[in-house]
Amino acid sequence: MGAAEITGLLLTIVTASMPLLIAAMGELVAERSGVLNLGVEGMMAVGAVVGFIAGYLTGVPAIGVLASILAGAAMAALFGLVTLVFVANQVASGLALTIMGLGLSGLIGDKYVSIPGLGLQRIHIPVLTDIPIVGPLIFGEDPLVYLAIALAIGVSWFLFRSRGGLIVRAVGDNHVSAHALGYNVIRVRFLAVLFGGACAGLAGGYLSIVYTPQWTPSMTAGRGWIALALVVFGTWLPLRVAIGAVIFGAVGILQLNAQGYGVPAPAQFLTMLPYVATVVVLVVISRNRMLLRSNTPACLGQSFVPDR
Amino acid sequence: MRILVAATGAALALAVSVGIAQADPLKVCFVYVGPHNDGGYSQQHDMGRQAVAQALGDKVDASTYLENVPEATAEASIRGLAQNGCKLIFTTSFGFMDPTLKVAADFPDVKFEHATGFKTAPNVSTYNIRWYEGRYVMGQIAAKVSKKGLAGYIVSFPIPEVVMGIDAFMLGAQSVNPNFKVKIIWVNSWFDPGKEGDAANVLVNQGADILVQHTDSPAPMQVAEKAGVKAFGESSDMSSFGPKAHLASLIDNWAPYYIAQTKAVLDGSWKSQQTWEGFKDNLVEVAPLTNMPDDVKAMANATIDKIKGGWSPFAGPITKQDGSVGVADGTTIADGDLLGLNWFVKGIDDKIPQ
Repeated sequence: MGAAEITGLLLTIVTASMPLLIAAMGELVAERSGVLNLGVEGMMAVGAVVGFIAGYLTGVPAIGVLASILAGAAMAALFGLVTLVFVANQVASGLALTIMGLGLSGLIGDKYVSIPGLGLQRIHIPVLTDIPIVGPLIFGEDPLVYLAIALAIGVSWFLFRSRGGLIVRAVGDNHVSAHALGYNVIRVRFLAVLFGGACAGLAGGYLSIVYTPQWTPSMTAGRGWIALALVVFGTWLPLRVAIGAVIFGAVGILQLNAQGYGVPAPAQFLTMLPYVATVVVLVVISRNRMLLRSNTPACLGQSFVPDR
Repeated sequence: MRILVAATGAALALAVSVGIAQADPLKVCFVYVGPHNDGGYSQQHDMGRQAVAQALGDKVDASTYLENVPEATAEASIRGLAQNGCKLIFTTSFGFMDPTLKVAADFPDVKFEHATGFKTAPNVSTYNIRWYEGRYVMGQIAAKVSKKGLAGYIVSFPIPEVVMGIDAFMLGAQSVNPNFKVKIIWVNSWFDPGKEGDAANVLVNQGADILVQHTDSPAPMQVAEKAGVKAFGESSDMSSFGPKAHLASLIDNWAPYYIAQTKAVLDGSWKSQQTWEGFKDNLVEVAPLTNMPDDVKAMANATIDKIKGGWSPFAGPITKQDGSVGVADGTTIADGDLLGLNWFVKGIDDKIPQ
């Protein structure tokens, strides 16, 4: 395997992991605040279609990215309204939002299929990017990859090193006590849900603007569900969730690579590998039961009605 | 008095029956496995539907279609169409085979047309395209244009139609360059732009300078454009996704068949049959031919004419991957064998997943 081939492989792994990472980070914050948002797939789809259309109509990919974030946040605002203000069941509302999002995205994007998108150029820093293998990997990614990595670090810092994150986690662990202490539980959760939706939208925008620059219905292909699973299997810890996203992306690409090399394993088995590998790795690194219990948001999925 | 009543009754009956005869337009309905605007397979079927509406005007109502119908739960959808007055139903995916037959048994006066299947009934026809004819031509073009003699082939599932396509492509390529090689990746989906794009990236990375796909999204074409290699599109014209990369697209042209069958139902001559045609009836095209020298275009057109004249890409001698005889010298493979094809030709290194 030449250097160019290894570089190509690593770059592909990075881009494959990004949508999962972004969506999972957003969902992590939402779930840490106690809201189980099953609508990630729908928000991703709407983000993808709106981002694609905005980028296509204006000719500026950055506007497309911004539009996808806003679209995801808008869907999340709807979800927040239904589950936090009207106190509907979170699971049912999330599922409804996914179904609605998938359908809505198909409807909005009806006229925009079969149109090639713009794509985003990878950055190129004169000396640094030309270092063999490592150069393009660290200094030659497209801008959204750096945004995603900053997002992951930011979420980790926010949740565990800032007062705001402490409040979010408190609300997620015991909303009654948090309310008694004077924190506005509904507002904290609403903001967390908005953030989660914005990330899901961004992940969708990444798909339709950078990854495969086009819009086709159902192009999210279940990535929202995978992001949801990553948050749970990663025990709500940002680093583990990030590891899960990278492993899933990496094994997915590597199994395609193996097929290309003619590895004699059945293709169906290879297709199964990313899921199996991710579950196994995350279960193994989450063996510590105390850590598991202390990180699960105790009030996850429970509705809260301020009674005073 | 009685005669008057009888005469009035007869006149009324006549008027009513004439009214009914001048009838409602024939309701023609379609079931797609993917979105009607997927830019590929299902979209071509939808274009056929629109052609029917345009060609036959108010004699038909071809506005009804169901899209994104999962093959596993298709029966309820097809049954719903039959119950709602559809008289001619096109079910456009292999996986709709058994659901179509089940519903057809309960609705004997509704006609069903099932694409790419092989089971018929008195009110069920099957129709298929000899895509492999186009794949043979594509193989020839690939071998002429490729500098590395290696193509990357992105496929969905190991069904005979896909195996046929790979074999025909290789046979075409080998007719120009006997040492041509192919790398095959199974993505286990007819439509997943992300995965198809990943597979395309992997293949380009491993040295392929021609990409071929038997999946439905334009993602591989985009990857080819970005990577500076050449690619063939699938089901519809994908040149807009790869202006410099596009060599040709394998285009499905269902319109002539759909119009003919609808006319047959309208004038009462419809009968159950199995249609399997390719270049000869214009059901498939390999077009537009772009980004290649004129002599390659000429070769491609010459092969298309040869196939139209009755020659089959699966004319012997053809050797199987394991060295045994696939098709004997002087014979051509039988349609039945093609429809159940489960072997690769010699020269393909990958094995078919079981």
